[in-house]
Formats: sequence, structure tokens, C-alpha cells
Amino acid sequence: MTVETTELKLASRIEAIEEAATAVAGFVNRSGISEEEAFGIDMAVREAIANAVIHGNKLDEKKLVWINVRSSPDSLEIKVHDQGQGFDPETISDPTKEENILKSSGRGIFFMRNFMDEVDWSTAPEGGTSVRMIKRRVN
Amino acid sequence: MAELNISEQQAGDVTILDMNGKITIGEGSVALRTAIRRLLEEGKKKILLNLAGVGYIDSSGIGELVSSYTAIEKDGGQLKLLNLTQKLQDLLTITKLLTVFDVYESESEALNGFK
Repeated sequence: MTVETTELKLASRIEAIEEAATAVAGFVNRSGISEEEAFGIDMAVREAIANAVIHGNKLDEKKLVWINVRSSPDSLEIKVHDQGQGFDPETISDPTKEENILKSSGRGIFFMRNFMDEVDWSTAPEGGTSVRMIKRRVN
Repeated sequence: MAELNISEQQAGDVTILDMNGKITIGEGSVALRTAIRRLLEEGKKKILLNLAGVGYIDSSGIGELVSSYTAIEKDGGQLKLLNLTQKLQDLLTITKLLTVFDVYESESEALNGFK
């Protein structure tokens, strides 16, 4: 299996989330990952793109989101980069705690961490936030 | 085609919403919120969501289910869920929301569950 990559760029609109996630899902499905894992990756990707569009770029259509997907024999790596101010993931509370369970938001990052093997955030020197998610292949 | 189609039927004092499509950020979540608000305004407070046709839901959709639940409870009503797909059941399990929602696999049992 060779290394394959794909890149997408989208404007910060709600409708673009579905379009971009569908394109990434197509790439992931062709990469030989199991259907069950593909479902989880799709969830994580949608949440990452939604976070970038809504919380990062705050639906400012002049700001862009870049998605980079890399399929290798060992793993799938997905990066989503926005032009926002960034945030501290440690400040996100656990949505499964009793005091948070009836909150209407705050589950996106939980899903990303649940379905992917690694999730980390960084702020680029030129600005903007990147989230990098890895799903290791089970050989 | 709309992202989420909702059709309504009445069984006694229980309103059943048959939902088909996706409950995701944007159109799907808004459609669910609008339908629940309208029912509450009409005084219909016993609501059964048939989710058999919901093939996909994201964190926004799950948040909308939680908002629906809290809005209906606050208004003195009841919300129950019917026919979850395996994936939705898995998502409600990992978020611990299965402990919050009343979930049924049979419509008659669900209807009997309303007080």
C-alpha cells in the first residue's frame, strides 16, 4: 500500500461541512479501512470541520478551512486547519459528567477523542489552529 | 430533498414524529428544534420520536435531542425515543445519554410508557 494524500479547502459556511465531510469519507472508504472504523472517522472529521467553521472561523466566509488527509500503511492522518484564535482543549469539560449531561453542546471534541487514536491541537506560527487526528490501522 | 423529513401522527394524546434523514448541524437540527417548539406551542407535550429512519446524527443533533428533552420536561411534558439505529444507540451509550432518555423498540410499549 502506498501513501496517498488529498487536500481540500472550504469557505466557512455551514453547508460546506457536509460537502467536505462527504469528500473525506469517500477518500477514507477507498483507503481500505473497515466500515465501522470509517463511521467513527467520519464522525470525528465532521466534528473537527464544524469546530473550525463555527468556533474557529466564526462562520466568516472570508476565512478558509484546509483539510489534509494522508493514508499510509500504518494509519490515516487527518489535519483540519482554520484561521481562528485557537483554544485550550483542556478547558473543555467532560460531557459525560453528571453536571454536564443535559448540556446541549460540548460533545464534538468528546467524539473526536473517542473515535480517533490520537487527537492534538496546535497553533500555527502564522496564526490559526490545527487539529491533527490519527487512526492507526489494525494489521 | 430536505436533510430531515418529519411526519406527524397522533395516537391519543401522544404525538409521534417519524423522522427520516440526518440530524446534523444546520438544517437537520433546526428542523427538529422547530418541530418540537411548534408542538409545545400547540400544547402537545407527549412526544414520541421515531428515529428508525435517522441514518446519521452528529454532536449538534444529539445536543438538539437533549434540548428537546429539557424543553419538553420543563413544560411538564414527556419525550420518548423509538427505534434507535445501532449506531445512534452506541452514540447515546458512550455519551451516557441512554441513562437520560426513555428508549423503546416497540411503538405500543412506548405509547403505554406515557403517563
